[in-house]
Amino acid sequence: MNKTVIEFKDYSFKYHSQIEPTLQDINLSIQEGEKILIVGRSGSGKSTIGHCINGLIPFSHKGDTAGTLNILGQDANTLDIFSRSKMVGTVLQDPDGQFIGLTVGEDIAFSLENSLTNQKEMHSIVKDTAAMVAMEEHLSSSIHHLSGGQKQRVSLAGVMVDDVDILLFDEPLANLDPATGKSAIELIDRIHKEMNKTIVIIEHRLEDVLHCDVDRIIVMEDGRIVADMDPDTLLASNILEDISIREPLYVKAAKYAGCELTANMKPAHISTFDVNRCRNQILSWYNQFEAASFTSKSERILELQNISFSYGSGGKTIENVSLSIEKGEMVSIVGRNGAGKSTLSKLICGFIKPNEGKILLNGLDITNDSIKQRSERIGLVMQNPNHMISKHMIYDEVALGLVIRGAAEAEIKERVEKTLKVCGLYPFRNWPISALSFGQRKRVTIASILVLNPDIIILDEPTAGQDLRHYTEIMEFLSELNQHGVTIIMITHDMHLMLEYTPRAIVINDGKKIGDTSAVEVLTDSALIQDANLKETSLFELANRLGVKNPLDFISRFISFDREAKQKWQ
Amino acid sequence: MKLSIKTIVAIGIGAAVFIILAKFAAIPSPVPNTTIQTSYAFLALMAIVFGPVAGALIGFIGHALNDAISYGSVWWSWVVVSALVGFLIGLAAKKINIESGKLGTNKIVTFNIVQVLAQGIGWFLVAPLLDILIYAEPANKVFVQGLFAGVSNMITVGIIGTILLVAYGKTRSQGNSLHREM
Amino acid sequence: MAVEMLSYIERNTPIHRLTGVTKLVCFILWSFAAMLTYDTRILLFLFVLGIAIFIVSKIKLREISFVLLFILVFLLLNNAAIYLFSPQEGVKIYGSSTVIADFFGRYNLTLEQIFYQFNITLKYFTVIPVALLFIVTTNPSEFAASLNKIGVSYRISYAVALALRYIPDVQRDYQSIALSQQARGIDMSKNEKLFKRLKNAASIIIPLILSSLDKIETISNAMELRGFGKNNKRTWYSARAFQTGDYLTLIVFTLILIISLVVTFYDGSRFYNPFV
Repeated sequence: MNKTVIEFKDYSFKYHSQIEPTLQDINLSIQEGEKILIVGRSGSGKSTIGHCINGLIPFSHKGDTAGTLNILGQDANTLDIFSRSKMVGTVLQDPDGQFIGLTVGEDIAFSLENSLTNQKEMHSIVKDTAAMVAMEEHLSSSIHHLSGGQKQRVSLAGVMVDDVDILLFDEPLANLDPATGKSAIELIDRIHKEMNKTIVIIEHRLEDVLHCDVDRIIVMEDGRIVADMDPDTLLASNILEDISIREPLYVKAAKYAGCELTANMKPAHISTFDVNRCRNQILSWYNQFEAASFTSKSERILELQNISFSYGSGGKTIENVSLSIEKGEMVSIVGRNGAGKSTLSKLICGFIKPNEGKILLNGLDITNDSIKQRSERIGLVMQNPNHMISKHMIYDEVALGLVIRGAAEAEIKERVEKTLKVCGLYPFRNWPISALSFGQRKRVTIASILVLNPDIIILDEPTAGQDLRHYTEIMEFLSELNQHGVTIIMITHDMHLMLEYTPRAIVINDGKKIGDTSAVEVLTDSALIQDANLKETSLFELANRLGVKNPLDFISRFISFDREAKQKWQ
Repeated sequence: MKLSIKTIVAIGIGAAVFIILAKFAAIPSPVPNTTIQTSYAFLALMAIVFGPVAGALIGFIGHALNDAISYGSVWWSWVVVSALVGFLIGLAAKKINIESGKLGTNKIVTFNIVQVLAQGIGWFLVAPLLDILIYAEPANKVFVQGLFAGVSNMITVGIIGTILLVAYGKTRSQGNSLHREM
Repeated sequence: MAVEMLSYIERNTPIHRLTGVTKLVCFILWSFAAMLTYDTRILLFLFVLGIAIFIVSKIKLREISFVLLFILVFLLLNNAAIYLFSPQEGVKIYGSSTVIADFFGRYNLTLEQIFYQFNITLKYFTVIPVALLFIVTTNPSEFAASLNKIGVSYRISYAVALALRYIPDVQRDYQSIALSQQARGIDMSKNEKLFKRLKNAASIIIPLILSSLDKIETISNAMELRGFGKNNKRTWYSARAFQTGDYLTLIVFTLILIISLVVTFYDGSRFYNPFV
């Protein structure tokens, strides 16, 4: 029974383009039918391990290896990428890149087509596999009509048609909203149990993966394995904190309160976690704080009045939305994919014009202002920084908007340098953008908007794909800007971001505003949570299990304590 | 010859980008009712990066599909020219060797000589001849048409194509002498 | 510039039921016939037949009206240009000159010229219905399989499939890039000077190209991981088997091509000359 399916022995790997090895002295063995989670920060080498298993290393990314890697008992060096793809099925992070067929059926069949399966057999295998991921009703649907979660299920089916023994998931939660992410984790769990596959999940969102049981967690740091243990033992230890991976929030709360966690308190899941053993400590920790209070702002900066909009003849994308933003606020707009959040931001920036309703900025009607006129006051930072960057050097990119507006050279220099300092990019001003990390590029795009001195900045998913350290960096930077008086609106489905940084949240569903209240209240209101595809925070359950009278207050106090704690290690 | 997977994907995505640029990124030109096609600048870059076969196929598939989905019929004479231009510019791929990241003035000059020659052959010669052969159109009309298309594409590729080439070349260079300045 | 795009229109008609391969081959045969001939009788015959096939397909005119409008404008301009550049082309081809209206210089209007331009226009009108039908009645999923079946290598066929698959994605990327650059004040319209316009265009195209190159990387990895290119052949999920109708259609279209060529070149010229 205990058959080893993947075995790394003293394994190291160095990309040809890099000086330092990305993986060092990896010793790891994975047994048949195990479910393994690999966590680590960006650049820790966790994705590289995945590439070694599925064969992209050495077939697509070249480099030097040392040591041995065996897959299903065979030396990986003797296997070509095709035989490797019959053993390991990989579900990649980017669903649009992986979905290559025009329709669901074609995409699932892709691998079968390549191995010359005859058409009749192919249709029956595709149908059966689609049923496993509940997509059999959509075989002839075009990719462009699927949601993110559906695309991911199709990708999973597409690798399962080969009857692979090992399924590898590379950051499966990255592009999904919280509720869809939860069902993705449940689906993986079901496949694992029903089909006895070996599952390897690479992800840094630990708490979300632990929604279902995993056998072991491998922690990567600087190309080495620093821990290889069961979830309970790992969560009881300080390993995750040391390398700044976000621990489950209820675990964090217990640790802040000074509880000594042990593996037999079963901290891996909130429902198994033995809260009684640290109840008193948490409660007395909670009682030592003042209730957090938010000062309410008073001056209205942006107002949407009864805005409706539809693309072409179809139904309304935005229906009668009214909202107002106060000067100096930091607000989240949340909702499931396709709820109309991005359309709303396009309306505010003037990319599209509303069919009905008015938009006011500082009390003045700007409904008919052009994109360019509005851009002087309202800046939009896109989700993907690569969609905004067109210059080679950081300085030039940030200066672009000013150069185009014909500002004087001295003024440009002054404003750009000032902005670069605010954004912490001044030391890199003469660097090419290609040398920057994703998070730094995001900063460059924020700087390129900020330099135009807008009153309001709208950010689309500012932290998508960032690990905790980069996330904290970006968000602390934004809240600093906010303290300087810039009004910030964020479109997000990262619930922690919303809780932690934006006192107020506006919830959009089916083009309508269905909630406009404090972030803490949104995340404890089960009706809103369901409509907007969000997920309740585990702090709420912890508070309930502890019998705290005011769970909302408990969550608020945790958040402010947590932010202070993190600012220290920043 | 067996094309690598990456080249095949580059052809497919390249054709899609070619179409989108042709449809949306046309710049109004000084001559009334005509536009400057930025898609050929992109075609030139792809030909330099991925070579003559990819260049030819991106031009062919991109132009034919764009004609088909935008106009409901395909002007084969000009489609063939797009393929030819992609192919001929691609012949300079080895010499320019953009992956090395070093793009000096002489390489930029080479690129522009090649693109002018390639487009000259294509638009001044092949396009009119095919139009005469297939549609029996008057010779002086098709040569003037070819002349206009050729000159405007030469200018576009000369300016935008060169900008793209330089921008792409810069992303290939490894900056290892970077240090923070306070 | 037509921003709308033609795409597959699903119906259940004999035309739709033909396999993609049949439609592709027929489209090619038809294009050849229409390109090679200048025989008015053949062109008229093909034109009428094309309209008939179009009616059978139950495609409504308004579904393709934006394309038709564009083509009409194009043909009008093209005719004007031909007359402007070469008002006596018809006289040269048909070898006679029947002046019906006197204009200055060489711009005498002749019956021959009218007949020649009528033929050019007719030539477009014979190709257009069939080309349009080919585009709107062929399921894109079947297209790559069809190309492969008529002898195009499956790798290149798949490149075509990828282009069809990713056009909407690239369009979405382009639009979001263009909007965000416009919001920074980058202008590609006539408000800017030409050289600046070109430079501004580059700052929209560069992000599009760089993100497309990333896409190429991801997609090739995904394809490699799922065994693309393993064999010298591949099978196709969406390919359809030939029916009797397919064989019949192919035979009829081949005959049409042969007859057109025979009739056209019987007298040694591509042109049908009513003036002798």
